Amino acid sequence: MNPGNLRKQNGMRRAAILTLVTATLAVGPGVAKDTGLIFVSNEKSSTITVLDANDKVIRTFDTCARPRGMHFSADRTQFFVGCADDSQVAIYDVASQDLVGRIRGVERPETFDLHPNGRHLYISNEEDATATVFDVETGEKLGAFETGEEPEGVQITHDGKLVFVASEAADLVHVIDVDKREVVKDILVDTRPRRFALTPDGRELWVSAELAGVVNIIDTSTLALKADIAFLPTGFRKEQVTPVDVLITRDGSLAYVALGRANHVAVVEVASRKVLDYVLVGRRAWGLALTRDEKKLYVANGLSDDLSIVDTQSRRVLVSIPVGLVPYGILIDDH
Amino acid sequence: MFKARFAGTIRRARVKRCAVVSLAGRALLAALLTGPAAADEIIFHYLQRDGDPWYTRNRAYTGLQLRDRYRPLAGAKLAIRESRIVGRALGHTFQLAEHALDAKSGAVAAVERLMREADARLFLLDLPLADVEALSTRFGTADVLLFNIRHAETRLRSQDCAATLFHTPPSNAMLMDGLAQFLVQKRWRAVLVLVGEHANDRVLATAFERSAQKFGLDVVAVKDFVLGNDPRQRYRNNVALLTSGVEYDVVVLADTVGEFGRYVPFNTQRARPVVGTEGLTASAWHWTWERHGAPQLNQRFDKIAKRRMSATDYAAWIAIKSVVEAVKKTRSPELATLRAALTSDALTVDTYKGAPGTFRPWNRQLRQAVLLATHNAVTARAPLPGFLHQHNELDTLGLDRADSTCSTP
Repeated sequence: MNPGNLRKQNGMRRAAILTLVTATLAVGPGVAKDTGLIFVSNEKSSTITVLDANDKVIRTFDTCARPRGMHFSADRTQFFVGCADDSQVAIYDVASQDLVGRIRGVERPETFDLHPNGRHLYISNEEDATATVFDVETGEKLGAFETGEEPEGVQITHDGKLVFVASEAADLVHVIDVDKREVVKDILVDTRPRRFALTPDGRELWVSAELAGVVNIIDTSTLALKADIAFLPTGFRKEQVTPVDVLITRDGSLAYVALGRANHVAVVEVASRKVLDYVLVGRRAWGLALTRDEKKLYVANGLSDDLSIVDTQSRRVLVSIPVGLVPYGILIDDH
Repeated sequence: MFKARFAGTIRRARVKRCAVVSLAGRALLAALLTGPAAADEIIFHYLQRDGDPWYTRNRAYTGLQLRDRYRPLAGAKLAIRESRIVGRALGHTFQLAEHALDAKSGAVAAVERLMREADARLFLLDLPLADVEALSTRFGTADVLLFNIRHAETRLRSQDCAATLFHTPPSNAMLMDGLAQFLVQKRWRAVLVLVGEHANDRVLATAFERSAQKFGLDVVAVKDFVLGNDPRQRYRNNVALLTSGVEYDVVVLADTVGEFGRYVPFNTQRARPVVGTEGLTASAWHWTWERHGAPQLNQRFDKIAKRRMSATDYAAWIAIKSVVEAVKKTRSPELATLRAALTSDALTVDTYKGAPGTFRPWNRQLRQAVLLATHNAVTARAPLPGFLHQHNELDTLGLDRADSTCSTP
């Protein structure tokens, strides 16, 4: 990767990159992997909080404005941060958290997914009603697709053939055919679709419908809805149940669904689609991440400015950790 | 025959313009309408009146503009823009047709002509109150959907209602109920009401007094104010004198003009907050509202209109959005189906204020939260926590089924 040709940095940042290049040469590539570091993007304070493997906050640094979606690079030595108010994607080195580049001209990015080819980042552009594709190595914009208003969740199939984009305000899931480079289908789903999870076999696409309080399940072979899962923790009203992030375990047995204003995470048995449990977390739980051993679930609580760390065996919160204002996304470098 | 086939529909199939009216033509048409080629145009007719006094620049002394009023056309345009991709998925296109009435044209005649000549069925009424009333009287049971996007008069949702007249702005009753809930929550129970001379001031003050009664507030005095410096009228034009001689927790101000009202905060005899038309105000929308996706909507609006989204823009926007939602739910552009869908609880319009929007079947009022805001922050959203209702907490705001004398089915 050559950061020089895609991004225009100021002098200070160029210096930082030189340092990084030196560091990389000195210790060799690959050592940045599995640092155990945890990164949290704080949407309102425009910062990233870094925790170590023992869940201690080790630093918080300023990033670009309104950081939201995050994703590792293919080799996991870098991570991408989408900054809506700066219309750019910032690229950081995992080990040092040095800014190593920026992809500019990305209109109001919200979230993204990296194509299995490791180069093409499919990005939802929230204010622009488009999804765009950028080459993470050259920074070049490769394409744009018209979506409904407020595109959010982006999910690429394991084979890299299809890209799903959820349009929050249009209640649609758009299906982009990567080879044809076009939207081949608009699937009507329930109110305010937000995020996706694919089952490991790739057969089911789960999409949270925030205002309907459900997860819709799309059959990826027919691209049609085949089931819904409704949530209602004890003591809450239906309208308080506003699911956002969804995660499915690697063996495909369990799913975790952050229930937003219902302040709980639902634990779902994937095969039976039964809700097994609700775990009480912080206020407006939305972002989720699992450790590699899947023993700990990290939950970003948008209205209480903290993380809840859940023990997945006992399904209880181990600890709550204050982070920045309106934490949004979580990345864990333990893979 | 062709006309009869289309009576009561709001669509103009693409084939209609060129179809030869014959039996064969009809068969072809039926086939096209069920197939993917049937891209129907669903047209919203936006009616406005030239020289409407509501929009004249009403300058206060020395050229100050106290109330900015913009036509909510930009709100309607935004909703149409947003419907584009939904239309792609549904096989429809949603469009906006603007019509300006001149001083000589009657609103009723204009609508009749549009129905006859353009098969128009969906109307957004950016018209003076008298026009809205005339339309509601004439077309109250016709094959149309009329959207009041501007007027808060509670009586349009009660004795002067119509089956075809839908209301997307909150009524004065809803707005004042929201404010009253806030005062109850704050325990500011003793209220001094100051009322101006304008008819709208009276309407607002009356609405507040009803809300005060509904939620158990104590209106300790209602005082009329006048604008001026005449010493003989000092007990009506001097804020300190108006606000002395009585104990109260809060001042509720009803001054829709704003010239007197802007001097009330910080000039009261006692250190008491001012709410109503200054200080903390109740409305359907606010440019600083930052929950439930609102920043996205505000930024989208700002991008096309180059100004802040107002409550009236919001009303026009959500009128179109409601119909699009009904088409999405029913997959039908038939008028009767849409009307049934709009008045059903199954319709859930994303209001960007939390609770899903539905229309009250008894008076066609859009259920929605009310925002209580200062000039630059939303302080609270009504219904406030703890104000409960047996069916829907949004019905703690405004005319509940039993309160409305609307006898429309």
